[in-house]
Amino acid sequence: MPESLTKFIFGRLTLESLPLHEPIVVVTFVVVALGGLAVLGAVTYFKLWGYLWREWFTSVDHKKIGIMYMALGLVMLLRGFSDAIMMRLQQAIAFNGSEGYLNAHHYDQIFTAHGVIMIFFVAMPFVTGLMNFVVPLQIGARDVSFPFLNNFSFWMTVGGAILVMASLFVGEFARTGWLAYPPLSGINYSPDVGVDYYIWALQVAGVGTTLSGINLICTIIKMRAPGMTMMRMPVFTWTSLCTNVLIVASFPVLTAVLTLLALDRYVGTNFFTNDFGGNPMMYVNLIWIWGHPEVYILILPLFGVFSEVTSTFSGKRLFGYTSMVYATIVITILSYLVWLHHFFTMGSGASVNSFFGITTMIISIPTGAKIFNWLFTMYRGRIRFELPMMWTVAFMLTFVVGGMTGVLLAVPPADFVLHNSLFLIAHFHNVIIGGVLFGLFAGIAYWWPKAFGFKLDPFWGKVSFWCWVLGFWLAFMPLYILGLMGVTRRMRVFDDPSLQIWFVIAAFGAVLIACGIAAFLVQIFVSIRKRKALADHTGDPWDGRTLEWSTSSPPPAYNFAFTPVIRDNDAWFDMKKAGYRRPLSGFKPIHMPSNTGTGVVLAVFSVALGFGLIWYIWWLAALSFVCLIATAIGHTFNYHRDFDISAAEVTQTEEARTTLLAAQG
Amino acid sequence: MASSAITAVAEPVFHLEEEHAHAEGGSTMLGFWLYLMSDCLIFAMLFAAYGVLGGNYAAGPAPKDLFDLGLVAVNTTMLLLSSITYGFAMLTMDKGRVGATQAWLAVTMLFGLAFLSIELSEFAHMIQEGATPQRSAFLSSFFTLVGTHGLHVTFGIVWMVTLMVQVARHGLIEANRRRLMCLSMFWHFLDVVWIGVFTFVYLMGMLR
Repeated sequence: MPESLTKFIFGRLTLESLPLHEPIVVVTFVVVALGGLAVLGAVTYFKLWGYLWREWFTSVDHKKIGIMYMALGLVMLLRGFSDAIMMRLQQAIAFNGSEGYLNAHHYDQIFTAHGVIMIFFVAMPFVTGLMNFVVPLQIGARDVSFPFLNNFSFWMTVGGAILVMASLFVGEFARTGWLAYPPLSGINYSPDVGVDYYIWALQVAGVGTTLSGINLICTIIKMRAPGMTMMRMPVFTWTSLCTNVLIVASFPVLTAVLTLLALDRYVGTNFFTNDFGGNPMMYVNLIWIWGHPEVYILILPLFGVFSEVTSTFSGKRLFGYTSMVYATIVITILSYLVWLHHFFTMGSGASVNSFFGITTMIISIPTGAKIFNWLFTMYRGRIRFELPMMWTVAFMLTFVVGGMTGVLLAVPPADFVLHNSLFLIAHFHNVIIGGVLFGLFAGIAYWWPKAFGFKLDPFWGKVSFWCWVLGFWLAFMPLYILGLMGVTRRMRVFDDPSLQIWFVIAAFGAVLIACGIAAFLVQIFVSIRKRKALADHTGDPWDGRTLEWSTSSPPPAYNFAFTPVIRDNDAWFDMKKAGYRRPLSGFKPIHMPSNTGTGVVLAVFSVALGFGLIWYIWWLAALSFVCLIATAIGHTFNYHRDFDISAAEVTQTEEARTTLLAAQG
Repeated sequence: MASSAITAVAEPVFHLEEEHAHAEGGSTMLGFWLYLMSDCLIFAMLFAAYGVLGGNYAAGPAPKDLFDLGLVAVNTTMLLLSSITYGFAMLTMDKGRVGATQAWLAVTMLFGLAFLSIELSEFAHMIQEGATPQRSAFLSSFFTLVGTHGLHVTFGIVWMVTLMVQVARHGLIEANRRRLMCLSMFWHFLDVVWIGVFTFVYLMGMLR
């Protein structure tokens, strides 16, 4: 074949693009390929493809989409954590002239991929999944405002994840750090496909995130059950609302700035170049205008989870509901006024740095108010130390330390010393693991029975809990110390042998966290095996207070047979107290949206578009773009997107539950 | 007194007896507004980039060497007129007149196409003179800001054609009215953005 033809068909994709010279990657590929084949084989053998396609992939049910988001987050957590433990091992052994076992080219990809995956494809899907599952149930709605868009958003997130995963085996990932600062990420210094994978994976996933943000805002504003005024919304719904406002008001910034970087790389424009008037620091400003709200996007919903958990397991109404809501709103606004604290060392001068230092410190006030509210909720409560409550207490102890080191870093002179050091790494892992991850585990343990109708096994949950908490402290406290001693981040080898012991301790902590993850997987497996013993037929296993506990577990497709009417905060607690009796007759047909495969198709074309752009396969990019637009337009010609669940079917479902409840006694 | 006593013992209401359906598309307008605001942020970023880089000519051409205000004025007129004619389309839609609505949409589309043609010829002229997007950061941010707006107009025209086909097929049914309303907001939004571009890029550029 002539070279020009090969080039036309494959762009810059050649056989050399496959990293066959990297034994670690080859082994990983073999393991992933075998594992993947085993899963695909099992799905085929048990004839599950039709079931998965009809009941899950094409589903517009917010509960199923929520669960699929969580599954995506879990799978990507394994990948992101593999990167983490590889870095810990490398840093623990690369002393005394040893190069460790990772070469620089590979190591740089690993720390970039770790950051990108953990933020975009672990934390974001987990948080979005939780909001998707819980919010409509908490506000007494039957689905979100735009059910098809919800399915589409999910598949776009999967599409982004697929592109990141593909970079491991076809080509390479960025070697720039997780925010890809230019000029390093420009075409002159990163001519390979790595940064292009980064750009298009995030652009594809970003579309999904923005749309899902719009969707959930509309849902919360428009779909609340009668009687649920804004100040009667559960706190988790409030924090979700603020989070989605943050998403819609910040992700477009990421989209814009990555587009500009892509233009620099593809068209040769000069936004962030060193010459022709470009300004690399503008990229750093713009990306952190997205990046700082992003960390609040991650933590706010978990503040909601902790509020629900604390109130439920203390058997008390949440202390200071109103202050909790206003604290959340204040954090939402302030999160836009602090971005420059990520680069005090830019040299913007004392006045600018002082402004951003002070706004940063102010954020700790509403956050501190929240901590006190949770403590006062627990005060004189009948606390049940079930798993979600354990995670909550661990969060409060851990997060406060992370918050305080954050305030320390907010002081510009201190930041000049600690900037880019392991102290910073320890700080943000302290708040992200101690806040976001602990909150997710609390939320998963709390709402799992709602989603599946049985509780999670407490023994393995506690094993996982202790491994995670101790592992976290062991893995990251040494990094605070190393950071104070001036060790910078992203180092591959070290000269000073006296530092090694701290890295060894940190690596041991990472191993403990690995045990925590393993125990979590075992917990899920064991719980599924023992689901009969762990079953909950009441739909209200924790003596809950909010509306989601009033329906069955798992909830029927329509969530509520009759639209609930809300009279008070803690609607379900109010209903129980006032002697609520479940209606047993008079069911009506329920209007529901139909499933559609369009979301999957659009996401497939988006991935193909991204792949074509990454590898300069222009025909593929053009073709998939045309298909993308055509499919989207074609979808709008379908005017029949809903159906009715018949009254007979509703009656049947509700009677089945009546029988179950009666058997419970 | 008696009546309040009766109210007190009456069973509290916990659910609606009648099916409480959220009107089809009841959230669409809010959702589309939110989308427009997110799009507005993208433009805000591009304006900010132009604000930072707009004076970085890198010894290349400056606005005064490139912009032809007369042509831009004509172009602006095209877009403003298209917004007015879209308004007429919505008025006739309210009266339920399918033919008139389609005609006004067609006129709007022609104005939109005229706008795009003038913009493209302006771009072609600049590139011919060596003022390419690669020449300087000023030109990079100029082409990106104005070009992104142009892409939006292109997308709006594709959308308009789609809606005209759908109106021809199904008439002015509820779903189609909602869609025309969304496109209307989109179209006027692009007009507002253009006023920003005209002022900030072209007029202020001539003053630099």
